[in-house]
Amino acid sequence: MDMGFVLQQIINGFSLGSMYALIAIGYTLVYGVLRLINFAHGDIMMVGAFSAFIALGVLTGWKFDHISMAVFFTAVTISIIVTSIVGILTYVSAYKPLLDKGAPKISLLITAIGISFFLESLFNVIANQYLGGTYQAFYFPKWFSTIIHIGSLTIPVLTIIVPILTLILLLGVLYILYRTKVGIAIRALAFDIYTVKLMGANSNFIIGFVFALGSALAAIGGVAYAMAYPSIDPYMGMLVGLKAFAAAVVGGIGSVTGAVIGGFILGFAEIAIPGFFPELGGWKDAFAFILLIFVLLFKPTGIMGIDFERQRF
Amino acid sequence: MSAKKYFALIAIVTAIFIAFLYFSPHIFGSYTITVLGNIYIFIILAISYNLINGVTGQFSLEPNGFVAIGAYVTAILLLSPELKEELYMLSPPLPLIRDVFLNPNNPINPFLALLISGAFSALLALILAFPVFRVRGDYLAIVTLGFGFIIRIFLINNPEISNGSMGLDSIPGFASYFWIGVICLVAVILIYNIVYSKFGRAMKAVRDDEDAALAMGVNTFKTKTLAFMTSAFFEGVGGGLLASSIGSISPDQFTFMLTFQLLIIIVLGGLGSMSGAIIGTFLFLGSMELLRPLDNSAWHLGPIHGIPGLRMVVFSILLLLIMLFARRGLLGDKEIWDYIKIKRNKY
Repeated sequence: MDMGFVLQQIINGFSLGSMYALIAIGYTLVYGVLRLINFAHGDIMMVGAFSAFIALGVLTGWKFDHISMAVFFTAVTISIIVTSIVGILTYVSAYKPLLDKGAPKISLLITAIGISFFLESLFNVIANQYLGGTYQAFYFPKWFSTIIHIGSLTIPVLTIIVPILTLILLLGVLYILYRTKVGIAIRALAFDIYTVKLMGANSNFIIGFVFALGSALAAIGGVAYAMAYPSIDPYMGMLVGLKAFAAAVVGGIGSVTGAVIGGFILGFAEIAIPGFFPELGGWKDAFAFILLIFVLLFKPTGIMGIDFERQRF
Repeated sequence: MSAKKYFALIAIVTAIFIAFLYFSPHIFGSYTITVLGNIYIFIILAISYNLINGVTGQFSLEPNGFVAIGAYVTAILLLSPELKEELYMLSPPLPLIRDVFLNPNNPINPFLALLISGAFSALLALILAFPVFRVRGDYLAIVTLGFGFIIRIFLINNPEISNGSMGLDSIPGFASYFWIGVICLVAVILIYNIVYSKFGRAMKAVRDDEDAALAMGVNTFKTKTLAFMTSAFFEGVGGGLLASSIGSISPDQFTFMLTFQLLIIIVLGGLGSMSGAIIGTFLFLGSMELLRPLDNSAWHLGPIHGIPGLRMVVFSILLLLIMLFARRGLLGDKEIWDYIKIKRNKY
């Protein structure tokens, strides 16, 4: 086997894996705090990609042939803010009223599916009515697709930047969780929500912060995903979101580091298996679930082995 | 209710419904009959979905996967080998797939095909249940949702089994309006008897308090697995009926949209209520037909214009509103006669 080919696969796997990782962190944070599989999280990532696309369109007057870096980063910043607000809104308008009423878990899950489907069909209507079609090509500064040659490897800049960015963001999230007051509150909330409320902490603010943090990361993941497959559609978040959730479980749901590791494993599997066994290429999308089923069978706590009775994040 | 009264009641309901099935094509137009036939199939799907989601309380998103399996198994069983040779354009069918054939001219065979479809779905449900119910049911939703995607990927990537994305057509139309209605009735009676049996009480115990049920000696793993399998069985049968009544199937027909529609139906009717699921089906499919103009861009009402896809926005908002303000749906987890009659102890 050619060494260059193997290295190429590893780098591509890292790059794809970091997108899953960015989305998986959001799942793991919300699951850790509320014990809720936030089905809408994949669609939050879609909202991130779409709002970046719309912001770019508005900023450039819908002429995408030359996008400057400044415009691009403004658009991404707008997208992060919008997506965080959408994330907080899903909590405030849907999950919080149910939690306050003490609704059973199944109601929360159905609501999550409802939000997911609502966002998909809403953006489907928006895309059809105002953007001129369900599928949109995603444009970004040419610099990201500049090819770097290292030995026999040919790597676009984007493929290198995304994993590095993901690791920096992971460190950032870990810093927030373990070195700031909000982070301590989040971990305390994950441990025992009622006691934390009794201690006078503003649980709504903390949970809202968790949703905003997860959504912001999902927005970055969504933009990265849109740049890698330069196209977006309203249903893109569904499958990616599910895979990211599978990655979070593989890594150990509730663990932020686990989510990133799970994301990388899934990314590797999706790139390497079709790379080495081309006949399995069509099955790429199924790997995540097969992996998930095996993890549930043999190690339900995932790689990081988070045991919810004793530890968090 | 004594056993004698119960059987008398079932006989009366059956007689009335079959009379209705027999005479309704003479009363209503063909459009209404098509919609009604569709409603009967959806009733089968909704009450079986309600069995796992409402009665057992395990949040699952499986219907589209099992309906697809049922549809394909029925289609493959009922298409003749010669026809399959012709239909499979992307790649010749596997010898096994080509040769399995139940001649639909024999009146028993279509029903046999439906039973096999159901059994096949139930078997797959058993395989899925093992990893999922070992841990708490949380992951069921994700695994079943992923399962739907896997089925779709499988159907698209194995043209020698399913003719890939082209799908299958010329499926024998044995599922006439009358027979769909009869099968729907049988399914309703069977599932009703399951829900109000000892086994059904075990399911409700699992829903209400899994730990307590376990402590009282209910084998929760077995209960959940059997509920899931029963649900899958009837969804497979419903899929077979759908394939036969439409006549052509393709992987794109069985997306998550189908599951979402069923979810709205059972939430609208009230999770855990069978009569609720049936009423929900009528209301949902009826309003789907009534709101059809919303998807048509030529339609407008004052400033509101129809936009393709607007209907699903309306329905997803409807689902969210039900969850937020009327979580129990129309009937809660009771049956409609519990409201009509003087309350008495059912158990």
